[in-house]
Amino acid sequence: MTIRNVDVLVIGAGPAGLAAAIAVREAGIQSLLVIDREKEPGGILRQCIHNGFGLHRFQEELTGPEYAQRDIDKAHELNIPIECSTMVLSVSAGRCVTCVSAAHGLQCIQAKAVILAMGCRERPRGALCTPGTRCAGIYSAGTAQRFVNLEGYMPGKRVVILGSGDIGLIMARRMTLQGAKVLACVEIMPFSSGLNRNIVQCLQDYGIPLLLSHTVTDIQGLNRLEGITVSEVDENRNPVPGTEKHFDCDTLLLSCGLIPENELSLGAGVILSSATSGAVVDETFETSVPGIFACGNVLHVHDLVDHVSEESYKAGLSAAAFVQDRQADCLYFSVRDGSGVRGTVPQKIHRNVNAPVTLMFRPAGVYRNSSVVVECGKTELCRKKAMIFTPGEMSLITLKPDMLTSLESDTLTVRIERN
Amino acid sequence: MKTKSDVLVIGAGITGCAVARELSGYNASVIVLEKENDLAEGATKANSGIVHAGYDAVPGSRKAVYNVRGASMYPDLCASLGLPYQQCGALVIALNEQDRQTVEMLRDRGEKNGVPGLRILEHNELLTLEPVMNPQVVCALYVPTSALISPYETAYAMADHAALNGVSFIFNQTVLSVQRNPDGLFSVRTPSGEYLSRVLVNCAGTSGALLHNQLSADKLEMVYRRGQYYLLDHEKKLPFTHTVFQCPSAMGKGVLVTPTVHGNLLLGPTAEDIDDPMDTATTAEGLQEVFRKAALTWPGISIRTNITNFSGVRAHLTTDDFIIGPCSDCPGFFEAIGIESPGLSSAPAIAKDLASMIADELGLQTKEKMIPYTVPALAFRDMSAEEKARAVARDPAYGNIVCRCETVTEAEIRAAIRRPVGARTIDGVKRRTRAGMGRCQGGFCLPRVADILSEETRIPLLEIKKGNGNSFILSGTVESFLKRGADCDDSEC
Repeated sequence: MTIRNVDVLVIGAGPAGLAAAIAVREAGIQSLLVIDREKEPGGILRQCIHNGFGLHRFQEELTGPEYAQRDIDKAHELNIPIECSTMVLSVSAGRCVTCVSAAHGLQCIQAKAVILAMGCRERPRGALCTPGTRCAGIYSAGTAQRFVNLEGYMPGKRVVILGSGDIGLIMARRMTLQGAKVLACVEIMPFSSGLNRNIVQCLQDYGIPLLLSHTVTDIQGLNRLEGITVSEVDENRNPVPGTEKHFDCDTLLLSCGLIPENELSLGAGVILSSATSGAVVDETFETSVPGIFACGNVLHVHDLVDHVSEESYKAGLSAAAFVQDRQADCLYFSVRDGSGVRGTVPQKIHRNVNAPVTLMFRPAGVYRNSSVVVECGKTELCRKKAMIFTPGEMSLITLKPDMLTSLESDTLTVRIERN
Repeated sequence: MKTKSDVLVIGAGITGCAVARELSGYNASVIVLEKENDLAEGATKANSGIVHAGYDAVPGSRKAVYNVRGASMYPDLCASLGLPYQQCGALVIALNEQDRQTVEMLRDRGEKNGVPGLRILEHNELLTLEPVMNPQVVCALYVPTSALISPYETAYAMADHAALNGVSFIFNQTVLSVQRNPDGLFSVRTPSGEYLSRVLVNCAGTSGALLHNQLSADKLEMVYRRGQYYLLDHEKKLPFTHTVFQCPSAMGKGVLVTPTVHGNLLLGPTAEDIDDPMDTATTAEGLQEVFRKAALTWPGISIRTNITNFSGVRAHLTTDDFIIGPCSDCPGFFEAIGIESPGLSSAPAIAKDLASMIADELGLQTKEKMIPYTVPALAFRDMSAEEKARAVARDPAYGNIVCRCETVTEAEIRAAIRRPVGARTIDGVKRRTRAGMGRCQGGFCLPRVADILSEETRIPLLEIKKGNGNSFILSGTVESFLKRGADCDDSEC
């Protein structure tokens, strides 16, 4: 077994890992390594050949591969080594990372700081407990996207999409453009979990019905999918008898949520948040384990890659600072989800923070004409109005360091209130 | 096409594979016909995976005798085939004083059947053993010899060993007709031809009674009894370490909560009589029932980590016991019918008896030497760091992790396809290697497994199947869709 030492090791060469690595290098760290399990860097962006990436960061509409290529080029320019086809098997609390590849065999890489940037995976059928047969033709939207965009194969001809997550919406359009018939997109919630622009551009523009408050209640077909039953659900998400509709289809794509992939983090003893399924972090993106940082979709699921890059760049700077021993003291504010708010990141903020901190969260429901408020006890720190808050779009609010001085309590609460 | 053999076995489930392996020790030509396209596709792939100790069956019944004998054979069998065997012990819990009588009855029955080590544990001891168990538990029968195995992996290993010793396994062979010719030979017709044999063995699972009734005047009636399950993800510490049964009561048999040999947690099964033995769908009602009943054992039940739901169909005879041995009115026809629970536990003993009866019938000699079974390499995930390093150094394909959830390497997937009775489908690879068995359910590894299968077997990618029949993974290339449209014969196009 090879044993190596690096200052900063980044796990994952998707948009999060690349941005973090670029920040680490720009902060002056020479000893840096990025590893990725795929054959090439770029992460999930490699298969996202639609455009719409980079509007915020580059003020351009790029495709996924184009967006990724900018960071890959930058990483090459900065001579950042990226080892692909390498799978991390474990991360220890002492930041020893065991990984394996055909090229280098089993390696143990001891790092002074580790940045977790493994991304997320899709919720599979088992997590939904959908009854019926276990036939072929049921795929996660991302698996179907890989088949169509990277491998050049179509998984089916007549398609129903369960869940209105963004990948599902994108795949509704993609399958239609490729000559398949998309019969419906079925969403159990009374609102879509995808971006509004995707509902318009991927469903409405192609006349694909979006069935809100509906779910798949039976799956038929002994070997290959032959059909599904869709039922309306009540306010408790229980199917309403008598509302069953049948669809003849050979393919069911699942787009029912993304789960941060934190098996390695758990192995290292990183504490996870039940709201985000990602690590609990402070505003420097350091987890509960010193020297282990997390960013991107492994920390919390984002809607926009632009936000992933921005967050991960900050995490990279923090990891570099950790290695350069410019650590601040360890008194924190803890950040709590108040009413209407779920999964605020970061979950803690250094009390002596000297740079603006962006709080990111998901609204727990749809709220119109409302404001997000950050409070410390009875003191309101800041407030931001919006026409609409929906769970499909991550909300941000930024705290300035001067707002955090001379506060009586050490708990900050983020909540949504009606105007 | 006519194919002749000494012995023809119908069915390649756990019983058929065990019989084939026993027969491969004799100088005889043996063919196994299977209607599906892989081994273990019936009840063998969808059951609780438990080697029952044998306290449950009525003393003197064939179920009791074969269960206790079969269970005693498993430790050596699994050791010789390199298969997992975990003697985790079982508890049959009593939730009220009435249940206590049942628990005592089961203990007495078990002692009559010759089950060792049975004793009754009281409330406090139980909650120490299984802290998350229902605190209303009164007492439980403790069954130290109850064990866990992997049913389908056991069938695969036995079939491989049989194949190494000359047994042919032929798939996609639905029996269209069967008869005993005037010359005493059996003739079995399938879509690919006619098979002639001196002895015919019925290991046909849920088709057992149908096959029997074609050759015997003594008609049997079979009930197809479905059982549905939840399979939860493996965790560092599972909530339960023993197999926990509920007392059979007027409310029914109850469901069990058990670890599996792979560290998952299994909840189930239901017991519903259904019309179609192929109907292995799960239902909302069935899954709710499992959840409700499992919660009696485990009040803090959480299915948050559910990986999949599945169901299997039991072959239940209305006579409520196994039928094992020669058919009374059809010489040369040997049978194992009604092999429901404890069928898995009994299979090695059933096979031993059937094979020796068949050897007597045909006057077969044992082979001087059987080709020994080569135990497959340890799974990569179970290797120590040094072993992993050596494995990758020897074969770089061990360095390519294909299934991330279960840490399955390319080398292991290729090896599974190259086994004597190798994987030919995505599900075949999954059950032999665990690729796709994890929490993402093949979301990441499916395209890669399909590629490797296609490469190894030279089956074109578009013809790779998930499992049986027309379970194709893909419908066409992107180019072909753009040329033709999805369905030009479809009026909506």
